[in-house]
Amino acid sequence: MTARTLTRVAAATAAATLLGAGLVACSDGGSPGGSPDGSGPGGGADAIEAALEAGGSITYWTWTPSAEAQVAAFEEAYPNVDVTLVDTGGANDNNIKLQNAISAGSGAPDVVQLEYQALPQFMIADSLVDLTDYGFGDLEPLYTPSTWASVSQDGIWGLPQDSGPMALFYNKRVFDEFGLEVPTTWDEYIDAGRALQAADPEYYITNDSGTDAGFGTAMIWQAGGRPFAVDGENVTIDLEDEGAQRWADSWSTLVQEDLVSQIAGWSDEWFAGLASGKIATLPIGAWMPGVFESGTQAGAGDWRVAPMPTYDGGEPVTAENGGSAQVVTQQSDNPALAAGFLQWLNSSDESIQVFLDKGGFPATVKELNSEEFLSHQSDFFGGQEINRVLVDAANSVGTGWQYLPWQAYANSVYADAVGPVYLDQGDINDGLVAWQEQNVTYGTQQGFTVGE
Amino acid sequence: MTTSTAPLAGARQGRGIAASTVQERRRSPRDWRGWIFVGPFMAVFALTFLAPVLYSLFLSVFQTKLIGGTQFVGLDNYVQAFTDPKFLEGAGRVTLFLAVQVPVMLTLALAAALAIDSRRLAGASFFRIGLFLPYAVPGVVAVLMWGFIYSPRMGLTGNINDLLGADVLAPFSPPWILVAIGNIVTWEFVGYNMLIFYAALRTIPEELYEAAALDGAGQFRTVRSIKLPALRGAITIATIFSIIGSFQLFNEPNILRSLAPSLISTYYTPNMYAYNLSFLGQQVNYAATIAIVMGVATAVIAYVVQLRGMRREQR
Amino acid sequence: MTTPTLDRLSERSSSWLAPRSSKLLTAAMSLFVIYSLLPLAWLTISSTKTMDSLFGSFGLWFDGPFALFQNIHDTFVYQDGIFLRWFGNTLLYVVLGAGGATALATLAGYGLAKFVFPGKRGVFAVVLGAIAVPGTALAVPTFLMFSQMGLTNTIWSIVIPSLISPFGLYLIWVYAVDSVPTELLEAARVDGAGELRTFFTISLRLLVPGVVTVALFSIVATWNNYFLPLIMLSDPNLFPLTIGLNQWNQQASGIGSEPVFNLVITGSLLTIVPIIIVFLYLQRYWQSGLSAGSVKQ
Repeated sequence: MTARTLTRVAAATAAATLLGAGLVACSDGGSPGGSPDGSGPGGGADAIEAALEAGGSITYWTWTPSAEAQVAAFEEAYPNVDVTLVDTGGANDNNIKLQNAISAGSGAPDVVQLEYQALPQFMIADSLVDLTDYGFGDLEPLYTPSTWASVSQDGIWGLPQDSGPMALFYNKRVFDEFGLEVPTTWDEYIDAGRALQAADPEYYITNDSGTDAGFGTAMIWQAGGRPFAVDGENVTIDLEDEGAQRWADSWSTLVQEDLVSQIAGWSDEWFAGLASGKIATLPIGAWMPGVFESGTQAGAGDWRVAPMPTYDGGEPVTAENGGSAQVVTQQSDNPALAAGFLQWLNSSDESIQVFLDKGGFPATVKELNSEEFLSHQSDFFGGQEINRVLVDAANSVGTGWQYLPWQAYANSVYADAVGPVYLDQGDINDGLVAWQEQNVTYGTQQGFTVGE
Repeated sequence: MTTSTAPLAGARQGRGIAASTVQERRRSPRDWRGWIFVGPFMAVFALTFLAPVLYSLFLSVFQTKLIGGTQFVGLDNYVQAFTDPKFLEGAGRVTLFLAVQVPVMLTLALAAALAIDSRRLAGASFFRIGLFLPYAVPGVVAVLMWGFIYSPRMGLTGNINDLLGADVLAPFSPPWILVAIGNIVTWEFVGYNMLIFYAALRTIPEELYEAAALDGAGQFRTVRSIKLPALRGAITIATIFSIIGSFQLFNEPNILRSLAPSLISTYYTPNMYAYNLSFLGQQVNYAATIAIVMGVATAVIAYVVQLRGMRREQR
Repeated sequence: MTTPTLDRLSERSSSWLAPRSSKLLTAAMSLFVIYSLLPLAWLTISSTKTMDSLFGSFGLWFDGPFALFQNIHDTFVYQDGIFLRWFGNTLLYVVLGAGGATALATLAGYGLAKFVFPGKRGVFAVVLGAIAVPGTALAVPTFLMFSQMGLTNTIWSIVIPSLISPFGLYLIWVYAVDSVPTELLEAARVDGAGELRTFFTISLRLLVPGVVTVALFSIVATWNNYFLPLIMLSDPNLFPLTIGLNQWNQQASGIGSEPVFNLVITGSLLTIVPIIIVFLYLQRYWQSGLSAGSVKQ
């Protein structure tokens, strides 16, 4: 190794350029043509029946705990169909892998789970199959309005699997110990936070570090904000509308008075805080009970569910926090069969029952209103009939919410914009303005017409 | 096989203390036969390194939009990179990291290698293995462990703070998070670098030590006039690899991010920025540009280090 | 830590050949080793805890029921025993990837050390120049290229990139310059032996300590490979341990999350135990290779 070897980097790189260019050219030669889109105009529900009868094999990506049991039940009902199940581990990895496969032009599954917020991103890139032609429009009455709205914009792009109407989970043992009332308004909530900190500084009313965009957007939604309006390629972003400000103002009080713990969600410390009650409440989606039961057994019996506090003490109103749908991709070789599997997966009683047995919170009206579901007493929640509270929440989700066509990206940079404000105990409105700027820049770069 | 022993002994005796590469060069066959040995490596290298680099160069002169498709933009992406505050912030951060963490780590590694080679250490092989073990730990696991130790409430940090009665240690706070990452990286790689240095020390011929002992040289003089010169090549290569590692900083901050998302942004290091641009923002072209800019910067700095190393050697 | 160590070294000019151990040096190095081993102690102790006792107890001491064997059992049977599958995958990637990397680096390093050929300097320049480009950022182009070749989500997408070890190349190169005497090669050439035959019958033997060292580093690198499989693989049945463990760790997030921190910790321990054993085992060879060896008489 000598100094002189390095002086030739430039020359060698040039040589390598030739060598590599040959390689790239070679690899281009054998690539298959574009992604197959052989569905043609679908033949309605008949096409699905025929495809299920004829059989074949499809691949299904998901991270739903009940998926394995659901696939097994499906294959029993339709022995000609072979479903390859791939556990993608979680929403983030799932989206990245799907995006990779779509960019590569091959490797995407036939059916895949997508969060509602990630759906527009794939929809607008023309990566999903419009299921209208398979007669999926007839299925609309099965689902809650808010979840159906999430999958149907200028077409039907999937079927809802679950939903996450927000409710207030609180630790009754801690509330009793410190003599607190369950808050019904956000002002009372802030007061409860103050009382808790005054009584014991180790206890926090909740945790939030300004890094969970799903939480932030849901809270804006609950406060009446509708910051995103999407009409094709025209997008309007206003993160300083009345609702957004209402949430940011009240939540800034919690942050500035150091009433919320800044523990990162889903960390071991977070689960420990929930188990011990040092994080005393969580405003979160209705899917949370299953997580409580699997992650915080030490806190069994302590927790209860209440409706979300409101700003004015009036009619209860809430928002969707999370939840996902399954979709059929354009890369599918057999979209009719994929649609058939999807229809069975998210609308058949058999499949939904498996989903419920694993602790899921459904998106289907029938299950949400069944007496069996409503009267289920949860041991973890001290025998409370929690589904009554959660179904009430599902029925009071504010309407008219839209996600950005690049929500997954937007959410990933939320922490960059809002997180620092929490650290400095500043005004959350400033963080939202910064987030808005990032989104306007990104949207414009991506070719959208973005208004503010 | 048996024939190798006798000529080997002879050759070894005939060899001077410093093997003369000049001599070897002169005697070596001057033809294409070397490619028999180098060829397979270079073929795979071309496929896994050169081709993606060239593909990145190709990508970096285009722009793809969700609405509007792909178009040729010339050097626009490069212009954007040099005025992008996020990229510049990340680049500044890894430069700071490089300037502080690499010298600390290499000094520790050098001291450890000299100590283990000094023959004045009881149980030297235990220390060698003990220091090297962290290198065997996958990055995911390393960050998981340190993340727990850093935890202000549950981890050792909390225990130490309780002991001192104040929040003295706060790894998850803005001023300390980079130090916390530096500590993890140092922990992972100090043993690896120690081993590089140690291996170089072991190649010093015994005669040199004997000669030094006859001259009445003490330990310090032995270190200064025999060991350190012998280590120059190893120090240069370790420095270059550490510079590359610093500029590529990714795994540790990216995994630690789940514990401190408000402290570690998506553009915390240029590499994280490029990764997030391409995988979350679908800005593959701009990500490729960032990768190339960082690659060129790294190569230039590695080159400068290399030159300096050589100059010192010639002196 | 540095200064006292060096001072101590300089303090006494006792004979080099009859060194005495230094207490101060040993003490300083002991602190260093404690720093290195502390997190591993945490991992070992934590793997004996249930998830509940993991949350509420001091990290460096045992607490709650001793659940190590239960945890190990659970790790192996969780999700139909996929951990064992990941373990097997990792072994496969190590054998093919690290084995191939060692072979290629040995051949190439030897070639660079013992031959002068057209383009020789260019080889090193290109290798060093190219590795300076951040590998993680090359991930996307590599992924796109591989997917056009139909290699993604196959074991080859992991094995092929693992075959390149620039550091191994450098190590063998430096090592071969001194340990394979040129006179010996010329003697063989005079006898009419081909270059490859000379390499396999004579040179390779002399290179063994260097090869073992390169193998060691390649095995560690492949065993711990994280980023490449993260983007290349979507099928959990192909995952290596690192990706599998991270998936278990991430399983604690979001809807339907099932935190299994105790299994992540026990799985981590089980992941590093084999690599440590390999290191200790190979280290013996490496050590004997050096001391018996061709480098130091």
